[in-house]
Amino acid sequence: MKIDLFITCLNDALFPQTGLAMARLLRRLGHQVRFNEAQTCCGQMHFNTGYQREALPLIRKFVNDFRNAEVIVAPSGSCVAFVRDLYPKAAEWAGDDDLLREVTELGKRTYELSEFLIKVLKVEDVGAYYPHRVTYHPTCHAARLLRVGDAPLRLLKNVRGLTLVELPASEQCCGFGGTFSVKNPETSTAMLADKVQSVMSTGAECCTAGDNSCLMHIGGGLSRLQSGVGVVHLAEILASTESMSAGSSETIGAMQVSAEALL
Amino acid sequence: MSAGGIHPARPFPEAARDTLQDAQMRRNLKHATTTIREKRFRAVAELPDWEALRTRGAELKDAALSDLAEQLLTLETAVKRRGGQVHWARDAAEACRIVTDLAASHGAREIIKVKSITSDEIELNAALEKRGIQAIETDLAELIVQLAGDTPSHILVPAIHKNRAEIRDLFRRKLGAELLTDEPKVLAEAARLYLREKFLSTKVAVSGANFAIAESGTVCIVESEGNGRMCLTLPDVLISVMGIEKVLPQWADIAPFMQLLPRSSTAERMNPYTSFWSGVTPGDGPQEFHLVLLDNGRTDVLADEAARQTLRCIRCSACLNVCPVYERAGGHAYGSVYPGPIGAILTPQLLQLEDENANTLPWASSLCGACYDACPVKINIPEILIYLRGQITPHKSHNLENTVESIAMKTAAWIFNEPFRFEGALKLARTGQGPLVQHGAIHALPGLLGGWTSSRNLPPFPAKSFRELWREEGQNDE
Ligand code: SF4
Repeated sequence: MKIDLFITCLNDALFPQTGLAMARLLRRLGHQVRFNEAQTCCGQMHFNTGYQREALPLIRKFVNDFRNAEVIVAPSGSCVAFVRDLYPKAAEWAGDDDLLREVTELGKRTYELSEFLIKVLKVEDVGAYYPHRVTYHPTCHAARLLRVGDAPLRLLKNVRGLTLVELPASEQCCGFGGTFSVKNPETSTAMLADKVQSVMSTGAECCTAGDNSCLMHIGGGLSRLQSGVGVVHLAEILASTESMSAGSSETIGAMQVSAEALL
Repeated sequence: MSAGGIHPARPFPEAARDTLQDAQMRRNLKHATTTIREKRFRAVAELPDWEALRTRGAELKDAALSDLAEQLLTLETAVKRRGGQVHWARDAAEACRIVTDLAASHGAREIIKVKSITSDEIELNAALEKRGIQAIETDLAELIVQLAGDTPSHILVPAIHKNRAEIRDLFRRKLGAELLTDEPKVLAEAARLYLREKFLSTKVAVSGANFAIAESGTVCIVESEGNGRMCLTLPDVLISVMGIEKVLPQWADIAPFMQLLPRSSTAERMNPYTSFWSGVTPGDGPQEFHLVLLDNGRTDVLADEAARQTLRCIRCSACLNVCPVYERAGGHAYGSVYPGPIGAILTPQLLQLEDENANTLPWASSLCGACYDACPVKINIPEILIYLRGQITPHKSHNLENTVESIAMKTAAWIFNEPFRFEGALKLARTGQGPLVQHGAIHALPGLLGGWTSSRNLPPFPAKSFRELWREEGQNDE
């Protein structure tokens, strides 16, 4: 299959290793990947914060950049949910019927990585190797908007060497919420405190999820507490293989793996 | 005083800063919401057709709202036909005037109240007090809040922020009750003794309403304690204040709600008391019945197609109990009788998006979506939150012309509109962050982002962005 990578602005800027891992994984499964360099940002931050006038051009730009894609896959439940759920709303609220038609169609071809693997490619074992104790946080948008369900867990269960430990109160939001964490920092911190505590209670070496935004939040809290527990994106776990396990273990704790090592 | 009203005294972030410090309240809330969340989950899981039922509930409410004016006129005619009187109140002041005039015309010094959230919305207690009339709450939790001189913090369990020991002390102080334990049974008995005397001696009662049935002019209240039934049957005069969105066209419509409401609110299969009354029945119950139909901003909500679904709300409080923000910040942080997720969308809308403090409420959410999943009438609260943010932001930045935030957002949008600008900005950021990075992380940021680093570290920008790495390797498979 020809897959267009949708590398969210956050991944592009701060977590390039996630996008590279996703590309490597999809190739390993026998698919062709492409990154259209014209893409920048889906507009979620603007739209959700109230800057809808500013978000509209970004939405139109996204449609242009991906119009010819067969399928679009992103390492972010949140941005995919935005495209699928809120692009139509944005078009509706702007009274743009042409845009509405286009985004509705586009939404059907846009997938979050784990749902793409399970629902479209129908693979549960991606041949990964990751010898670590890991806990999984289901991010709100992936769980509630995309309903990815147990797709990430099924993938993780098939990773060799990996010990999966259950996260208590996993369905609770980590408190990131985009600009919520900046506009209501105290409430967001109170939510984060509980999440960090849950993660630490599992004794896991790292917490994984399908969204670097939530991981940045949880990881930021874990790092501030000098907890010694790291965060790593699901794509990076799934991309790891025995031959490169040394490289992948660097992702733990540091959030900052040398991207070159993954290439 | 359980007045409260819907005008937040402060912006949400500021109010939440205080409530978050209250360790006792945090524990009480966490305990209460966790318990009821689990119970509700079990109660809902029992019904195989829950999703279909939710859809039905949403459809019925939408249908009623789509010709609301007609439904209300039908209701008015039916109530009058059955010997009741109907009053139309455009806003809080008008509603208060109608109720206080009625109470005063009967020479009441005291009135009893049940299901009073709508009356709290209009701050009826304070209006009555000005006329020398004391309102006595008869819902146990409302009574607790009233005796404590507090305001409700939950729409169903207004005293959710208090624990048993605190209530025992309060009853000792205010009711002079000799209480040896804080067993719920003992506490309820103390309240019952106090209330029984009020039920028997008070001539005028004020109630809210859960539903009204247009075709028969019937008003309905659903409750757990039975105090409501006393209020509705013992006094001579009954005045019900009802938001206009509570009307349903016909009897058959109410059935799904009798399943949806108890399970969503108290996690019960069926609530203990459901009262229906139509007008007056000679020789039985109140001999005078007044129905006050309250608008107070609702027709404006109705007129807004994108946000209209807000009016489906049946005030079950499920969204509060699942909300992670409510659980931490508590009901008082919302500064309105409608707290939690529904409050965050309803309060600013009832105030026509013109109240600056209420306008901070749509941002009091991480948009996690738990409220939407829980809502028995499928109100897409996260979507309305976002919609309202979009309505409020332009006129906010119009007022303040260019806030730091709006400049940042507009700049970011300008950058994102061209990939080369984005790439340039990343390079700049990488150079600029130098002094901020310590031991591989950013620990403190100035300005808008300072809130983030007060409790969290940030990863620094890596040496190369994804697009740079990708290009270097010439990676596209064509
Ligand atoms: S918005 Fe929905 S969940 Fe919340 S109180 Fe209203 S009906 Fe219940």
